[in-house]
This record gives sequence, C-alpha cells and structure tokens, in this order.
Amino acid sequence: MASFIQLLVSGLATGAIYALVAVGFTLLWQTSQTINFAQGEFVMLPAFFVLAAMNAGAPFWFACLIAIVLSVLMLGIVFKLVVVDPMLKHGVLPLVISTIALAVFLKEGVKDFYSSQAQPFPTLAPDHDISVFDAVVSTQSLAVLAVAIAAVVGLNLLLQKTRLGRSMQATAQNPTLARILGIPVRRMVLYTFVVNAVLVAIASILISPIYLAKFSNGETLGLAAFIAAIIGGFNQVRGAVLGGVILGVLDNFSAAYVSAQYRVAIPLVILIIVILVRPQGLLGRVEERTV
Amino acid sequence: MLRTSLIASAFAVGLGIGQAAFAQNSVYMPAILELSGAGAVSGTNFRDGMILAVEEINAKGGILGKKIEMPLLDTQSEAGIARSQVQKVLDNKPYVILGPVFSGSVITSMVLAQDAEIPQIIGGEAAAITQKGNPYVFRTSFGQQFSMPKIANYVRDGIKAKSVALLWVNNDFGKGGRDTFTKEMAARDIKVVADISTESGQADFSADVVKLKAANPDAVFVYVNEEESARFLREAKKQGLKTPLIGETTLLGQKVIDLAGDAANGVKGHVGLSVDAPIPAVKEFAERFKKRFNYVCDHNGIKGYTGIYFIKTVTEKIGKFDSKAFAAAAHGITISPKDVPNILMEATWDKNGDIDRESFLGEVVGSKQKIVEVLPKLGK
Repeated sequence: MASFIQLLVSGLATGAIYALVAVGFTLLWQTSQTINFAQGEFVMLPAFFVLAAMNAGAPFWFACLIAIVLSVLMLGIVFKLVVVDPMLKHGVLPLVISTIALAVFLKEGVKDFYSSQAQPFPTLAPDHDISVFDAVVSTQSLAVLAVAIAAVVGLNLLLQKTRLGRSMQATAQNPTLARILGIPVRRMVLYTFVVNAVLVAIASILISPIYLAKFSNGETLGLAAFIAAIIGGFNQVRGAVLGGVILGVLDNFSAAYVSAQYRVAIPLVILIIVILVRPQGLLGRVEERTV
Repeated sequence: MLRTSLIASAFAVGLGIGQAAFAQNSVYMPAILELSGAGAVSGTNFRDGMILAVEEINAKGGILGKKIEMPLLDTQSEAGIARSQVQKVLDNKPYVILGPVFSGSVITSMVLAQDAEIPQIIGGEAAAITQKGNPYVFRTSFGQQFSMPKIANYVRDGIKAKSVALLWVNNDFGKGGRDTFTKEMAARDIKVVADISTESGQADFSADVVKLKAANPDAVFVYVNEEESARFLREAKKQGLKTPLIGETTLLGQKVIDLAGDAANGVKGHVGLSVDAPIPAVKEFAERFKKRFNYVCDHNGIKGYTGIYFIKTVTEKIGKFDSKAFAAAAHGITISPKDVPNILMEATWDKNGDIDRESFLGEVVGSKQKIVEVLPKLGK
C-alpha cells in the first residue's frame, strides 16, 4: 500500500507536468491549427533562462519570473510572428516541418551556447518527508502537484469565467463567426501562444529539478505531451489534462509492476489502442470535414 | 563551458589548417568521444584531459620530434555513430585511435581498429572488452573484473551487508558490471534481493526507488552513468531512502556531486581514479586542469591525460611510429611516475590490455569526495 501511494503521488506529479505541456499543444491546435513539434524544446529552454539569470546574480524566484517573461516574448510572441504566421498560410505541413526545424535549432543552440552536459536545477520546495499511511511522500512532489493544479485551474478560470477567455474559446470554435461578432481574432490567437509560453515555462521550472536541465530533455517531454494530448483528445483542454495524468501515473506503475524495460513502450500501446477504439481521444469530440 | 567548447573546436580546426604541411611533422591520433548525448560528461572530461596532455607534449617538441595531431569526432553517445567515426579515421591511417569512452561504442568499433592493426586507447570499463582476444585494445581505467572484487570486499567487510539490491543501466557498461558484481556477491554469500535495470538517459527514477525501498536490502549498489546517478540520488533523497548507497566512480565523481548536490552526501564506494587521491602528482594535475578548463576534472579527465602519456612512453620505448610494434610493446609494460611523472600513478598493462594500479575507497562528505583508504594494485 505504501509503495502504491508513493508511486501514485509521484506519477501524479509527473503527469501534471505532462498535462501542462499537453494543454499547450491543444490550445495551439484549436486556435491556429498549429502542431508544435518544438513543444518539448519549449519546455527545455526556460530552465536555461532561469540558470542564466541565476548566474547573473538573480535569486531563484526572480530568475523564474525572468524566464517566464522571456518565454512569453520568445516562445510566445516571436514564435507566432516569425515562424507560425508566415508558414501557416502555406498549410499545416510546412508549419509542422518548420517547428521540427525550430526544435533542432533550439536544442543545438543550447548545446553550443550553454552546455551539452546536464546542469543542476534548484527545487521548488525544500526537502521534507510527509508520512501518509506508511508511505513517505516528499514535499517536492506535493509542491509540483500543487503548482501544476493551480496552473490548470487558473487557465480554466481564464477560459470559462473571463470575457477574454470566452473570446479565445469563440476564436477556437469558429474564427469566422468570432470575427463577425467583433472579436479580434488575430489578437486572441496571439494570446493563446502567450498562454502556451507561460505553461511551458512553468512546466520547465517544475520538471528540471527531476530531469536536470539538459539540451536533450525536450525529446522525452515533447513526445510524452504529444501522446498525452492524443490520448486525452487533441481538441479538448480537459482531455489533455486527463491524458497527461494517465501517462504519468501509468509510467510509474508500469515501471514498478510490469517491466522497467518496457515502460517506454506502454504509453505507445495505450496510444494505439485509443486511436483504434476512440480516435478522437478519451474526452475529445469528433471533428468532421467535408471534401 | 562555451569557452571550453570554442577552444576545443579551435584546437581541432586549427590542427586541420595546413594539414598537408603539418602532417609531415605530426603524428595523427584521432579522438572519437562522447561529446554530446548521454555520455557527454565522460567524453568531455576525457577530451579535456587529452587536450591538456597534448598541449604539454607539443609545447616540449612532441613525441620523437613530431607534434600530435588530434582531431575530435563526436559519437553523440551512439554506438553506431562511434563505429562509423572509427571507420572514417581509419582511412587516414592513424597511429593510434583514442576513445570511445562508452563500453558499447568500444565493443562495436574495436573490431575495425583490430582488423586495421591500429591500437585503440579506450575509456570503456565493461569486462567483455578485453576478453575477446583483441591485441590492439588498451584500457585507461579498470575493467569491471578488476574493480568489482574490490567493491564486493567493501560491501562484505566495510558495510557488513548480508543482502544487496542492484540498480544498473541496461547497456554494455551496466550489464557487464551487473553480471560481474552478481558473481562476486554469490562468491561471498551475499544475497541479491532486487535486480533493477534502468535505461540509459532515464530521467525519472521514482518507481525504481520505490522498488528498492520495498526490497529492504542492507545496501544498494548503483551502477549507472553519471547524469543518471545524479538523478537517482536526487530521487532517493526525495523519497527518504536511508539504505547505504554503494557505487563505483560513476556514483562518486565530482560531476555527479555537482549535479546531485546534498543528495550525494553519504554515498560510498570504490574509485579507480580521483583528483582527491592523496597523491601530490594527481593534485598538481587537477590544479592544472582546473586552471586550463575552469572546472574540476573527474576520473575521465585523468584517464584521457594519462592515456596520452601512455602512448608517448610506449612510442619512445620502441623509438618509431609503428602501430603493430606499439601494441606488442604495450602489453606487459609498467610505467612508474619515477620515470614518467605525468603518468601520475604507477600503472601496468597486462597481456589483455587491462590496466592495474592503486585505487581508492571514497565517500562523499559535505558535497566533496573524500578518500578514506588506498587499495594496492591487484598484482601486488
């Protein structure tokens, strides 16, 4: 029982981080049909913004703020204006290829200008153990879980309870109608990219103490989040959250109770099953297109 | 780090400029290393150790009057790329080949160098490397058949463990270590209660730590690469794992300590090479290294550095650049710091290319590696 609880908490913490990244995938897809294959590298990069700011003398909390601001500028606004806008008019495929190229550029850039080696990254909370039914649960895991939940709840409140959020949803659902209703569609799409940048920056700050900051982290994270988004439903934010959590917990349980060697394969098996049985994802909605 | 990379690149590129003219008065010794990917820590340390030695030797006129030409090629920590890089440099008829460090890359590439009768000075530690009858492969550090008996004795006599759990990385290095360690445990009647394999580059060790806690062993033997060691130690601390953690150089190295922080404190084990060794020549080398590259070198830096001086010594002994003669003369050679100060510690290479020298028991105290005992050469 103790092992089960520990695995569950740890899996939920990792899963919550995957969920943040997966939500970003779905937001970009819904508002601009952008499949961002550099999303993993977007999670990798802010950790190096934090480290660079700390090397310049900033305390950790302030370095995190700087990283979020830089992420909004570079991974949100600049990405939208320089990569997405010029490419999207040529269709989804050129954009996908552009994001793959961007992923390589970011990875190699960090390797050349920072280091090819992993870097230590500060933890969000100090080390303390809490005992729950004989299971030792770390405050770090709980802090990660709390921040990730807060981010998702905050996003949900933004989308559901504010005029801005409803405008963003309207843009995602029907941009033509949204434009007729006077919603500034282009600006709403830009806000989505900004939200994605904030989410990946938070995910980066949460995951880097576990993974250590390294140029290649995006490969694992991007794939995990992409799978999570498909499992949950690529066109639903709540689906992406569910997919992320399922993936994190499943990874831990399969490593402990099935096989450590095949832990990487198990999410892919689930992905195949979901695509065969429920192609729109667990919480996704069917989208039909006329030819 | 950027500065180091630029210097290293300039070093490699600079050596390539005017190659035809330079080649007349130089000896071609390419280095094939893990400069990126999972083995980047090992590869870059090995590289910088070699660069330091090459700079020293070239500044004093080179080997037998010829400067060392050492281009650097990246394996990206992939065995397939390592093999193709070895194939590539063989076309240029090298005198010797330096690297790789990862055992899997060594095993897949060393046949090519053997067929071409070119000596290969490697950093790999898998026992299998020197058990294939290859007369052209030479280690710069202990093979697992040399280091594991020392660790096993420590587990039995130092920790007084009756049961152990193993956590190892599922590659040639980890599997070789796991197999050798398991045999040594059986020979000492110590029960292996958990045998956990992990993946190279694995990021999340939470499930593995849970399994270790459930097994409740007297000690945990950790045999994964440096970055994974650090991630494991952080997770072990996070989950409050109290069992003594025992390892090899890949668990107690300075880079692991830097990455794991406080989580490395209390880790114990056997280190074949260490800049903290109570040997003045090693300490002086460590200072030179730090001054040159602005970071603390780990055991791989010492391996790279002494590997170059091993080549220099053997070459000067045979008095010519003859790869076959080099291999013949290197088997059975003992190089002492009395004759070659830069070899740092007395070392002997046996008929298989295995190295024997003193080693150490270490412990991490206050985020620093502390040597607690010097172990003699196995051959003594």
